[in-house]
Amino acid sequence: MLAYILRRAGVLAASLVAASVIIFVMIEIVPGDPASYMLGIGAAPDTLAALRAELGLDQPKVLRYLQWFAGMLTGDFGISYTYQVPVRDLVMDRLWISLPLAVLALVLSVVLAIPAGMIAAVRQGKTADWTVMGVTQLGLAIPNFWFAMILVVIFSLKLGWFSAGGFPGWEQGLGAGFKALVLPAIALALPGASILARVMRSALLETLGQDYIRTARAKGLSRSQTLWRHALRNGFIPALTIIGLQFSFLIAGAIIIENVFFLPGLGRLIFHGITQRDLIVVESVVMLLVFAVICVTFLVDVAYGMIDPRIRRGHG
Amino acid sequence: MTALLHIENLSLKIGETPILSDVGLALHRGEIYGLAGESGSGKSLTALCVMGLLPAGAVRYGAASLAGQNLFALSEDALCQVRGRRIGMIFQEPMTALNPLMTIGKQISETLRVHHALSGYDARTVVREKLDRVGLGNISPDAYPHELSGGQRQRVMIAQAIACGPDLLIADEPTTALDVMTQAGILALLEDLVTDGLAVLLITHDLAILANLARKISIMYAGEIIEQGPPETLFRRARHPYTRKLLAAATAGGVQPARPARHTVQPLLKVDDVRVCYPRKTTHLFRTPPAFFALEDISFSIHHGESVGLVGESGCGKSTLARALLGLMDLQSGQIYFAGQDSKDHPSRAQIVFQDPASSFNPRHKVARLIAEPFYQESLSQSEREGRIDEVLVDVGLSREDRDKYIHEFSGGQRQRLAIARALVTKPRLIILDEATSALDVSIRAQILRLLDRLREAYGLSYLMISHDLAVVRSMTDRLLVMRRGKIIEHGETAGVLADPQHAYTKALIDAMPHIPLDWLAQSVDAPQTGETPR
Amino acid sequence: MAKLRLTHGLAFGAILTAVFILIAFVSFFWTPYSVEALNIAQRLLPASAGHILGTDHFGRDIASMLMVGARISLAVAIGAVVIGMGVGVPAGLLAAARRGHFVDDFVMRGNDLIFAFPALLTAVLIAAVFGPSVSGAVLAIGIFNIPVFARVTRASALAVWTQDFILAARVAGKGAVRISIEHVLPNIAGVLIVQGTIQFSLGILAEAGLSYVGLGAQAPMPSWGRMLADSQTMIAFAPHLAFLPGFAIIMTVLGLNLLGDGLRDWLDPRLRRGRS
Repeated sequence: MLAYILRRAGVLAASLVAASVIIFVMIEIVPGDPASYMLGIGAAPDTLAALRAELGLDQPKVLRYLQWFAGMLTGDFGISYTYQVPVRDLVMDRLWISLPLAVLALVLSVVLAIPAGMIAAVRQGKTADWTVMGVTQLGLAIPNFWFAMILVVIFSLKLGWFSAGGFPGWEQGLGAGFKALVLPAIALALPGASILARVMRSALLETLGQDYIRTARAKGLSRSQTLWRHALRNGFIPALTIIGLQFSFLIAGAIIIENVFFLPGLGRLIFHGITQRDLIVVESVVMLLVFAVICVTFLVDVAYGMIDPRIRRGHG
Repeated sequence: MTALLHIENLSLKIGETPILSDVGLALHRGEIYGLAGESGSGKSLTALCVMGLLPAGAVRYGAASLAGQNLFALSEDALCQVRGRRIGMIFQEPMTALNPLMTIGKQISETLRVHHALSGYDARTVVREKLDRVGLGNISPDAYPHELSGGQRQRVMIAQAIACGPDLLIADEPTTALDVMTQAGILALLEDLVTDGLAVLLITHDLAILANLARKISIMYAGEIIEQGPPETLFRRARHPYTRKLLAAATAGGVQPARPARHTVQPLLKVDDVRVCYPRKTTHLFRTPPAFFALEDISFSIHHGESVGLVGESGCGKSTLARALLGLMDLQSGQIYFAGQDSKDHPSRAQIVFQDPASSFNPRHKVARLIAEPFYQESLSQSEREGRIDEVLVDVGLSREDRDKYIHEFSGGQRQRLAIARALVTKPRLIILDEATSALDVSIRAQILRLLDRLREAYGLSYLMISHDLAVVRSMTDRLLVMRRGKIIEHGETAGVLADPQHAYTKALIDAMPHIPLDWLAQSVDAPQTGETPR
Repeated sequence: MAKLRLTHGLAFGAILTAVFILIAFVSFFWTPYSVEALNIAQRLLPASAGHILGTDHFGRDIASMLMVGARISLAVAIGAVVIGMGVGVPAGLLAAARRGHFVDDFVMRGNDLIFAFPALLTAVLIAAVFGPSVSGAVLAIGIFNIPVFARVTRASALAVWTQDFILAARVAGKGAVRISIEHVLPNIAGVLIVQGTIQFSLGILAEAGLSYVGLGAQAPMPSWGRMLADSQTMIAFAPHLAFLPGFAIIMTVLGLNLLGDGLRDWLDPRLRRGRS
């Protein structure tokens, strides 16, 4: 198991380096450079040169990449051109909204989808199955930001149970903070939960048709014993893949949903960065989110190894 | 003595379709009872009726009693108590019949835990004991199924089926997916288990394995038992035409022992000191497991018109050798000559017929295109090709009209005829038959063998026949090569090798190949043969 | 070939998809009103005979805007599927043909890497560099589609490569490229069509999302996502502005998903075995 984790960790590190190179190269394509943006169009050439030197822009690209990468490892993302504060501080403030939102949505979708998928599989062809399949079919088709808008209309404008947007800050207490995240998390969880429930259902149905299920029945296990002891664990493997992939969708979704609810999270920071051409902010946040996706992939791989001995011992 | 398992007037319907009718048999303690028949004859469903594990929509009539207890009257809960505790069952596919995520020890002890409240420690002791009983004393209970071979997994299946000491073990084609040597081991284990008083219901399509094993045999055909009795009596005095056909097929369709080949100065195929070693990562395309040298110092020759058999257990390099002869493998050293020409300069003109007719053809192409595939590197005009395709279809017993059909419109036997047609279309001198008849039902197998024999005459073909079926090898080949671990360990005239094997391994291999004693079959072989109708 | 069994889902999906494509095409030749004509006097009208779906805050006809929006959605989703298939399918075929070889490893690692970039982040990067645009959205979604198609292609192709008929083709002297085109591709075409349908519907959702946050279609180009973004501030007093584009997206995506599911059921060998 340890050897397996180390191998996956090696892949994780390699992916991070490769991703950082891609992002760095992308940003380097931009015509003009940060110094000219910071000083505006009419800046004197020598002031520009001085600022370039100060920002290290006159150094070779490889060296700048290495400095940027090493900086990130130590938590130093550089200074925002527009905010004139360390990017790290900007990111840290907003991370505490985006991260709880993503985690809350992930938990919500797993908690809703796994039992729904199980019930649909066990009651295949019955009313429960049709209901789950119908609801999830709709869930897949609804854009989550539109669903978010509908939630606002119903629960904020009509019923007044939640505020229509904004974030009070965690200083106002955990309860107030979570309350502001409930509607966004529900909207965000919808597509993921729909996919997950459907995958769980088909994986479980597939597993229930396997030879070893027949073996278990021949040993004298009842239907429900067979389900709990043999089918679920095997059926959970494809669901795990989806949960891992889901995270990447959740991050993208979170950025959009934050916009609907005016949540001051990483999404808002990114769009501000794009409109202000504050490339270092964009670069850092994208890298951070890609880092999160790669880490989740790593965790899913480790979970695979824990569930499936074939993968753990390198036969997968 | 009263029977342990008594099935009377068993009938089964799935929906409106009758599947079984009036099946009856009686099985006693301490005996192996054979239930034989082709696929679809209803033998497995008979077993599932007894287990109460029928598919949805199935309705059964009649009675089955285990030691006097009516099984059909039991509730689902009571049946769970019978399954595993009083009746154990094992299946055909040991590769998929075990849960891949659970250790074998847990799977064996699960049978115990479901039926008795055994503590972890006691269960562990019993697991050890059962593993020992099935000949896996050296395997850790903490092993996972994927770490074991097919034969070992089947032994684990047996261990978990007998964990609670049941009265009856139902074995549904337990050795069909295994190789001959492994099969012999499993059958010996079953034979050994009945000495403890266990009764075994052995379901198989292969009459030969029952000949020396079963005390009684029932033969099923289209949902009915058509013949019943002890093997020797049954084989000697088979009455039902279907039984006779099966038995005739068991002697390779009555094909006469082959004529001595015409040995010429220059052999058709000469293999000289060939070595092949697998690069480590490309083993997936081949069925054989990775070995450093897949083929080592292979030398032999095949003469014009000669049929040479190749036997050995799976993984011994048979398929690799076939691929090397077809020019699909890089030789580490050595040469292969076709009619005196080095195959490096002149690509191989051998063709091949595969085991599995289902995967031999691209389902998206029509027959004419499928058959024409080997023309790829031949310079022939379109009309010559078309003519040749028509000709070869007729030669294998199909018709010109089949040209525009897709492969799914043909039965297994017909597909194998098409595979032979594809191999013949370029008029090769050598055809490799890689277990070409193993996947077919016995009666179809006989037809295909007779076809192959006729074509050999008509086309002046030589065959390299890879097979694990002793009857086929005996009647179809002139000479025999025995392979083990990438080497040819024995070769000679087929009859001579089979009668008096020199190498201990050859002897073991021949002993492991199930066969019906020839003198039991005298009557059946003389029986009139059904025509060579494809279908 | 088994007959295409017309289930309710499949029929409904096919009809919705056909209507969507038809509307997108008609919008090239005819729309009830011009979508560029602003008419503040006619703003925020409810549905009527003149404007069957009403007007927006600039007095533009909503039905016309939805029709042109369908065109954008269609173009973006198709463009993204073409990019994804164009790169992903050959890459997947190559990886399968060279399984175990370093080429396979290279393709698969590359896939994993692209997978780490959600379409939205790619769009963010592209927008940061070149400014937001429709072509940026197509490219971002297309890049996201590449590993999806590469994986599906490789997995299905590997199953085909283990079949004996591939060996027969090799015996005939055919090379990996020819075998991939002649034998592998026709046998995985069904799977690719199903995946194409799914990515098509995901593309429509992604386009709407990107346009909503301003990374896709730019004003004044009408797009379903942008219409939703514009409607947000007026949602309290003009909810139909938010409802109609949302409904258009849902129906289109639902249609494509049902079509994909129906095709998948039809192609599934396990379901088909009983019928062929």
